[in-house]
Amino acid sequence: MENPNAKAQRHRQLRSNNIDPIKQMRENHPSTNSEDDQRSSLLDLARAEITESSNSKTRTYGGFPDPGSGSGPSEPQAPFPDQVLENVLENVLHFLSSRRDRNAASLVCRSWYRAEALTRSELFIGNCYALSPTRATTRFTRIKSVTVKGKPRFADFDLMPPDWGAHFTPWASALAQAYPWLEKLHLKRMIVTDADLTLLADSFPDFRELVLVCCDGFGTPGLGAVAAKCRYRSHLYSSNKLLLLRVLELVESVVEAVGDEEVDWISCFPDSQTNMESLVFDCIECPINFEALDSLVARSPRLKKLRLNQFVSMAQLHRLLLRAPQLTHLGTGSFSANDPGGVGELVQDYTTAFEACRSLVCLSGFREIWADYLPTIYPVCANLTSLNLSYADVNAHQLKPVIRHCHKLQIFWVLDSICDEGLQAVAATCKDLRELRVFPVDAREGTEGPVSEVGFEAISQGCRKLESILYFCQRMTNAAVVAMSKNCPDLVVFRLCIIGRYRPDPVTQEPMDEGFGAIVMNCKKLTRLAVSGLLTDRAFEYIGRYGKLVRTLSVAFAGDTDMGLKYVLEGCPNLQKLEIRDSPFGDGALRSGLHHYYNMRFLWMSTCKLTRQACQEVAQALPNLVLEVINNSEENAGDDIEVLYMYRSLDGPRDDAPIFVNILH
Amino acid sequence: MNGVITNPEKGSSVHMLLPPKGGWVGVSHVCPPTGGTCSFKAANTATTILKFIDIILRLSSQGKMESRVVFETHLNLKATELRLGLPGTQENEDKTAHSYAVVRNNKRPERETSEDSVSISKASLDQQHVHAVAAPQLKAEIVGWPPIRSYRKNSVQEGEGDGIYVKVSMDGAPYLRKIDLKVYRGYPELLKALETMFKLTIGEYSEREGYKGSEYAPTYEDKDGDWMLVGDVPWDMFMTCCKRLRIMKGSEARGLGCGV
Repeated sequence: MENPNAKAQRHRQLRSNNIDPIKQMRENHPSTNSEDDQRSSLLDLARAEITESSNSKTRTYGGFPDPGSGSGPSEPQAPFPDQVLENVLENVLHFLSSRRDRNAASLVCRSWYRAEALTRSELFIGNCYALSPTRATTRFTRIKSVTVKGKPRFADFDLMPPDWGAHFTPWASALAQAYPWLEKLHLKRMIVTDADLTLLADSFPDFRELVLVCCDGFGTPGLGAVAAKCRYRSHLYSSNKLLLLRVLELVESVVEAVGDEEVDWISCFPDSQTNMESLVFDCIECPINFEALDSLVARSPRLKKLRLNQFVSMAQLHRLLLRAPQLTHLGTGSFSANDPGGVGELVQDYTTAFEACRSLVCLSGFREIWADYLPTIYPVCANLTSLNLSYADVNAHQLKPVIRHCHKLQIFWVLDSICDEGLQAVAATCKDLRELRVFPVDAREGTEGPVSEVGFEAISQGCRKLESILYFCQRMTNAAVVAMSKNCPDLVVFRLCIIGRYRPDPVTQEPMDEGFGAIVMNCKKLTRLAVSGLLTDRAFEYIGRYGKLVRTLSVAFAGDTDMGLKYVLEGCPNLQKLEIRDSPFGDGALRSGLHHYYNMRFLWMSTCKLTRQACQEVAQALPNLVLEVINNSEENAGDDIEVLYMYRSLDGPRDDAPIFVNILH
Repeated sequence: MNGVITNPEKGSSVHMLLPPKGGWVGVSHVCPPTGGTCSFKAANTATTILKFIDIILRLSSQGKMESRVVFETHLNLKATELRLGLPGTQENEDKTAHSYAVVRNNKRPERETSEDSVSISKASLDQQHVHAVAAPQLKAEIVGWPPIRSYRKNSVQEGEGDGIYVKVSMDGAPYLRKIDLKVYRGYPELLKALETMFKLTIGEYSEREGYKGSEYAPTYEDKDGDWMLVGDVPWDMFMTCCKRLRIMKGSEARGLGCGV
């Protein structure tokens, strides 16, 4: 562990040794892939082409004088006396935190490009295959926080073989080399191994935050390594050893018990006081050492977020609450008892414990909910801004006494077991609701669903500030959707999943075109849309015409002809992520998006009407696009393609593609 | 095979194209322009037929066609077998989607005059419809639909295909288990399984005295939220009303014996 002086020294050194910017530009350093890049990436690609193709000295690009250190002999020295200006620039750019702003700033001129690269501290990689790790680490040298995303979302629904890719390992080694001062790492849909986690733990002495969302490939051994080694920064003048790790969050990641290799990772945390602020492990499918957890919570005075897995019982939760009444976010674990009797008395104890948690604003968990225990949370309901009951089979009768108190609720996730009646209760109380997600208990098609347009419409009437909705149902009418489009103009995310495919409006027998049309028309802030039900090309015409801000669009079992997709590709300039399955869009539609594909994070089309030939044409027309053709079934369907996953890449096709992935170029 | 709807008055027709073996085709046009011909296709055989019916109904109700439905070639019933799976899958699923089409068929006024082909298709659909009503919900075979993470599906109880999954807890044991009641043919088998799972003996059941011979008694929570002794009701009834199981221990267990 190095002392602060050495670190500062190293920083200074790095800076003066910084690679010659002109050389850097010549060596083709387009911008890294960031979200919502819009034009910037395209321009950068273009610039990269230019600098690459010109083999002689590139005089200053854009006519600006080039600052700073000298370069190769072929480069004419542009006098730049204003080192002050450069310092000012860097200081100013430090204040830019938004990725989009930074990307824009980096395009102004070369000095801004360089200054921005030096001052960026948060690196966001929206698609791990859009560039090589080295490219990122070479351009940005002072990164403290990294986010990397891997698989496309449809991989969550088994539409992609599990060993498709998105391995974190190459990134792990590159980051370990380039950013020894790294503090934060966020990964989503990546395959992370125990070895990767161990490498992290060993390589980053300042590490403080690890968040893994929808990741897999690791187990308790990796967690144990992180808990054990991310620590021990010895204070200069004392022998106190502090655990630097503050945040360890595993969200919807697959962590299973794998036989003998299980490690008691909770016990791996050091015995001393910790700086832990957030510990989230509700997705871990193996039991944990409760005593160790209890002790950890007791010596973590800063702990604010604690989300337990289902192997923590109510009684154990009670003990933890008594230890940590300062919690703001709580995942309650199983919320049920294993021990017999005395339920009545204990309820009072538990209620008292909850009462003491005056800062609690976010509740989740309830994995095996014992409805008798629900009243214990009444004391905290009035303060709740977020409540997640989406693993709890709770009916309307059980919900009402809870929700009645939740006046401040902004985020509510729930199962459709509460029925329309439950939703009406929500609408009556939760006037501040911003985000609602209703998941189905029974996800089969053709069943009689407990929620319908009735609950939906009630929500739209009662919750006018709604910004985000995800709603699974078996039955929906255009009228209800139109009503929501008018009642909730602040909608940013609208995801409606009518579980039965090709379902028309049950009242009018019409397709659902008009409903979704109203959404894109009336909700002017809409950026994310998922459609369902019986939809003709008309729906897509609406989307193309009105959905000017739409960035993410999910389509399944919809549309009639190529025109549908054409409307969208031609009409939605902000489209970043387009995922389509089982829809009759073919080659003509694919070709109509050539002008836009470089601006997108990805395009996913599975079980549509694409042919290999058309994909080949696209691959040839757009050389920086990677087209992955995946055939899930044994027999090759010939010219027809099952899955096309297409994305831009600055470093060409990946070299870790498995056999069943065919990369066209 | 081809399907053709001709509107003798307006001279327009709609072709339906079905590849001989079923498979993927696309929809191109819904309403034929006056005097024109258009073809439409749908994503697969089953959807094609649904669309076909939909078009006929819409056109006829809009007064755009008198229409006769003529099938140009021999009606290959196998090809028209309504399946909403990926081509090649054998699963016979989601008949309720077809019943949709049939329901609409019944409601809408129809002007088709040709009896033969339409009635053949309707008859086959009607048969399907009856079939759908008779058969219980068939499990969906569509991969990844609806779009719910398997993580979430596994965590929430119920509805995993045909099984009746209930949670089993035992007093003093730290974890819950899940079992599928459908796997067992009766109480003896179920109890045996529980004994093996939790490594205990449950004893003999008697109506009067509950479970003798051990300190454990298997109980279940029924749909009304009451806790009952396992074995009190006939097995079939038990299967439908059991929400979860709990193996009680000690005095509480003994207290359940007396016909409560």
